[in-house]
Amino acid sequence: MSLRDNPLGELKVPLTWTAGIVFIVVLIASVAILLTDRREGFDTDAYGHPRTLSDKVMAPVGEVLSAPGRWTGAGVDSVKGYFFAVSENQRLKAELKDMRQWRDVAIALRDTNERYQTLLGLKTDPPIPMATARIVTDSRGPFANSRLADAGSEKGILPGNPVMSENGLVGRIVGVTEGASRVLLLTDVASRTPVMIDRTNARAILTGDGGPNPQLAYLRGLDPVKNGDRVLTSGDGGVFPRGLPVGVAVKGLDGRWRVVLASDRAPVDYVRILLFQDFTQLVNRAGLDRAPPPPPTPGASTLPPPEAVAPAATGAAKPAAKPGDGSATKPDDKAAATPAKSSTDKAAADKPAASKAATADKKPSEGKAAEKKPAEKTPAAAKATATDKKPADGKTAAKPSASAASTQKPTDAKKPTDAKKPTDAKAHATKPAEPVHG
Amino acid sequence: MASRGGAQPLTPWRWLGLPALQAAGMTLLFLAPLRFWGYGLPEPVFALPVVFAWAVIRPSMLAPMGVMVLGLFLDLVWGSPTGLWPVCLLLPYGMVLAGRGMLAGQGRLMMWVWFGAATAVALGAGYIFTMFDTQNAPDPLTVGYQFLATVILYPFADRLIERFEDADVRFR
Repeated sequence: MSLRDNPLGELKVPLTWTAGIVFIVVLIASVAILLTDRREGFDTDAYGHPRTLSDKVMAPVGEVLSAPGRWTGAGVDSVKGYFFAVSENQRLKAELKDMRQWRDVAIALRDTNERYQTLLGLKTDPPIPMATARIVTDSRGPFANSRLADAGSEKGILPGNPVMSENGLVGRIVGVTEGASRVLLLTDVASRTPVMIDRTNARAILTGDGGPNPQLAYLRGLDPVKNGDRVLTSGDGGVFPRGLPVGVAVKGLDGRWRVVLASDRAPVDYVRILLFQDFTQLVNRAGLDRAPPPPPTPGASTLPPPEAVAPAATGAAKPAAKPGDGSATKPDDKAAATPAKSSTDKAAADKPAASKAATADKKPSEGKAAEKKPAEKTPAAAKATATDKKPADGKTAAKPSASAASTQKPTDAKKPTDAKKPTDAKAHATKPAEPVHG
Repeated sequence: MASRGGAQPLTPWRWLGLPALQAAGMTLLFLAPLRFWGYGLPEPVFALPVVFAWAVIRPSMLAPMGVMVLGLFLDLVWGSPTGLWPVCLLLPYGMVLAGRGMLAGQGRLMMWVWFGAATAVALGAGYIFTMFDTQNAPDPLTVGYQFLATVILYPFADRLIERFEDADVRFR
């Protein structure tokens, strides 16, 4: 049979169809890659070996590409230095005069602080070692805000390490390889940072959205923030040390509170990577798990089964929350209890209060913050402090104290004859959630 | 825009490889951490004009793979989730490929509008995927800024189309 007679000889697969089929196959493969991508772990395995390899290659390339910009900047600076030397000299002299006064104040405060530390027997954290790196690439799109630094695992950098410029916090490390590390900026849409307002000690989660000014989410309390308030890292969750400068709060055009980042004051070319290990990395978890449970309190009555307590506690909670009280029905409180906040705050809640007290005294500035607000070292006391700021909430302020009392005397909650006990039992039952609000 | 030297033969290296490399090079160049008067450089998606032109020039089996490689490259250098940009580039590619019949014979301005629509599809897909991935909506203003920075790149796509659209008479 000749080729012309063969019916298959006439069959031609149209190129458009094959191109369409290839397109669909490639699209399915791309979607599969996207769905299987896992970055949430922020360890090297989750970051992915292709990424670490590409970062390793990109670091020297970025260094070469950014070199002309650096040289131009240095040239402009030297020319400006030549022409403006006199005015610069005058400005520096004035600044030096001002700084001398501050130096005296700082020495006096350090002396006082040391005396207090000795008197109180405070356990202060050791200074955090740092590694210096230069930023070599910078991605600024709406879906990813990250930078590549030219220092990596050879300097002891680990995923999660905070990154700072000379002005403030920049972000944290999410991927490390030899000679390069990727910094997830505070502005990245995936970035969440526990912060606090310096003036009111109110907590919030700094949430990036790809724009230059990340927003303050989960703010709690009445008027917790004002324009111009300083925003610092809170140290909650242990990912960042407490007290790193983040920026200044401003009201955005969309009505949300946002932060003008301190690190945006100047180009971020050199950064300090804090080789900070959080509490969960330092603690011997296996040892804690092996520890035997504490013996029962002598003379304590047996706890009723949880099934029996739960309905009584629920029924008692309703009358306890009075109209106008506000504490139990505030929308902000509900927002704070949403699962979205849980990743950071769960870790904070898992920590003993002692660890928070230890983090609170990291730096001179942090020591000052701790000095001003000693009550925050225990979660119950912190809650009381937060509610004390609201004069209208006098009744509410008493409630945390009651729950704190119930914590100290758990046996009181089980006496069936005491009419108040269901409320106390409820407070006792909800106790693990309290550090979240601290 | 008049082509230089008329239509070029459709060698894969000439119409797929070289433009992809140029787009990758420009992307790397704009990764430099430079600031002018306090503002950083914009971050246009240089791959989009190339992807748009590939879909207009002719259907091809190699082009979708090239789009995917370009997208993976963007993910690696920009630090976005792996697979985000392949999907974001393939969707407008498929849209333009399906609408080639409507695009035939259109003027430059109309093609620019089509390119704007393709860019909007790419960034819209990125917006939605990022929103689902991070449980947080990206800033629309920043997306709009990247849209504008990308849309003005249409002349690059136009040049590529002018050079190669007549090369394969089967698909004119």
